[in-house]
Amino acid sequence: MAEIGFAGVKKSYGDTRVIHGIDMQIADGEFVVIVGPSGCGKSTLLRMVAGLETITEGEISIGGRVVNGLEPKDRDIAMVFQNYALYPHMSVYENMAYGLKIAKMSKAEIEQRVQAAAGMLELGHLLQRKPRQLSGGQRQRVAMGRAIVRDPSTFLFDEPLSNLDAKLRVQMRLEIKQLQRRLGTTSLYVTHDQVEAMTLADRLIVMNAGVAEQIDTPMAIYERPASQFVAGFIGSPAMNFLPAEISGDGRRLSLTHGLDLRSQGLDLGNLGGRTVRVGVRPEHLRLVDTAEAELHLLVRLVETLGADLLAHGHLVPAEGAPSEAAEEIVTVRLPGVARVREGDTLTLRAAEDSLHLFDPETGKRLADV
Amino acid sequence: MEKRVVFRHAWLPYLLLLPQLAITLVFFIWPASQALYQSVLRQDPFGLRTAFVGLQNFERLFSDPTYLNSFQVTVVFSLAVAALSMGAALLFAVMADRVIRGAMAYKTLLIWPYAVAPAVAGVLWWLLFNPTIGFMAAVLDRLGYDWNHFVDGGDALLLVILASAWKQISYNFLFFLAGLQAIPRSLIEAAAIDGAGPARRFWTIVFPLLSPTTFFLLVVNVVYAFFDTFGVIHATTSGGPGQATTILVYKVFSDGFIGLNLGSSAAQSVVLMSIVIALTVIQFRYIERRVHY
Repeated sequence: MAEIGFAGVKKSYGDTRVIHGIDMQIADGEFVVIVGPSGCGKSTLLRMVAGLETITEGEISIGGRVVNGLEPKDRDIAMVFQNYALYPHMSVYENMAYGLKIAKMSKAEIEQRVQAAAGMLELGHLLQRKPRQLSGGQRQRVAMGRAIVRDPSTFLFDEPLSNLDAKLRVQMRLEIKQLQRRLGTTSLYVTHDQVEAMTLADRLIVMNAGVAEQIDTPMAIYERPASQFVAGFIGSPAMNFLPAEISGDGRRLSLTHGLDLRSQGLDLGNLGGRTVRVGVRPEHLRLVDTAEAELHLLVRLVETLGADLLAHGHLVPAEGAPSEAAEEIVTVRLPGVARVREGDTLTLRAAEDSLHLFDPETGKRLADV
Repeated sequence: MEKRVVFRHAWLPYLLLLPQLAITLVFFIWPASQALYQSVLRQDPFGLRTAFVGLQNFERLFSDPTYLNSFQVTVVFSLAVAALSMGAALLFAVMADRVIRGAMAYKTLLIWPYAVAPAVAGVLWWLLFNPTIGFMAAVLDRLGYDWNHFVDGGDALLLVILASAWKQISYNFLFFLAGLQAIPRSLIEAAAIDGAGPARRFWTIVFPLLSPTTFFLLVVNVVYAFFDTFGVIHATTSGGPGQATTILVYKVFSDGFIGLNLGSSAAQSVVLMSIVIALTVIQFRYIERRVHY
């Protein structure tokens, strides 16, 4: 059991800085997911916690102990790798027992621990097999087993599910979550998959280009994204972004193409006269009568997902010709029962407080309307 | 996965195979069958009279103490060469695998000895250890060891072992380095997190995972020591002093071309041939099946 602390953690390779200063505290037993696109530094950050990368600047502490100068084995952590990193020449049992043997544990104790972990992960009948005789999901379980038997203070997961097929990934996701709940071990989990991030995390770190853009609970991040990057990265399908302007008195918000949003009761006085970027999630756009409509979407492409359907198209003026369509592609998520065809014009309105305004330069969030 | 090519004409595949078949016939099958034929004949040194003697050549061979001694020398020699060159190559490969700065330079330098011809390699070491002018001999002399491979059979054997092993290090180094680089980094990292120190990681993870490479090299090195070291020995000790460095392949040469006992020489070739065949069979059977993790 341990808390993990980051204080001004930076990482450089030569002159190239890849992590620009991370500060955060992870509570004991918390499940924290680091999510971001490839190359954002999320794996590097995890490997710095593991002791596989040096820390250029700042401090990382585990359980109140600064670990900067400690070898991986002295950090009381266990790690699950993307390719599982099972020792191919050892049986499942030997794989799990390897760390315990090195720790000079007694034979009986090793046996008991491995059996307990194997039971928990339903690996009991596979203990004598070699990794190559196992399926992807089973290998994944062995990798988890190897982490569990050592009873570490912290689990580190480096994209552990990326090598599995979609169905297995969902199943293993649930298993990891349940296991972590049961063991109550502090966990740090790296992924590029935002669905995985949302479902697993107690708290989420959204990283971009070596910076933690936002650290919060998944719902808070979904509802109030701190920046345009976070807004676009979290949520699927991605949020729509449209350029807009606020009138001088802050009473009108008009899209660049002349459509007014939120015509009634708008008061953005402090932002008067600014150019902004309006973000709205596909699932927050609803079909309404023409009278209430804020947006008119000329549908170009429909994707049916069963429960839902996604309509992609361009915004058009209320009584305009299709040739005046805006450039940006806007996506709408509608219930699967909606009958939408390519070429239709949909009359839409965004739900209350679901329009997010971002600064077009800095990408920072300005307001919700 | 098996790829099957369908030829439109039945004769085309044979035509395509013809060059390789011709080379194999002329340079391998024909001389080999000549050796087989010669091994059951007895011929006088001038080739005037030839008589069929059946397996007499082989019988004589295996009751000849010098031949049995040569067998023993060969076993010691080849095992020592294989162990020494593979051990050194593995050490170098592990070191080179860790080097980050200037890695290419290290690797290139380590590969150079392979480009040296066996006879030249032999002469090089012969000079280094020459009792009168050699640097190493002088060093050994300082240390109180009187090195003289012209007189001492043990010294001579050690010299040819050193020279032969040295030349083979590059080859082994390349294979070991490739083998090391094929081991996923995450395995080593996982072992480090599991608490294994560098030495333990090497012996419990790296070395077992290199076993296919090691076994392949063992066979290749033994075959090398058996056959390709002729040049080294011929240039340094000529099989002497006495019979101390006469390995089987050298004895084939000295009996056949110096002693002009062609029948016996051919019989020895046949014995060597069966040894190679046996080694090759072992290599294929084991490498294909057993040494897999």
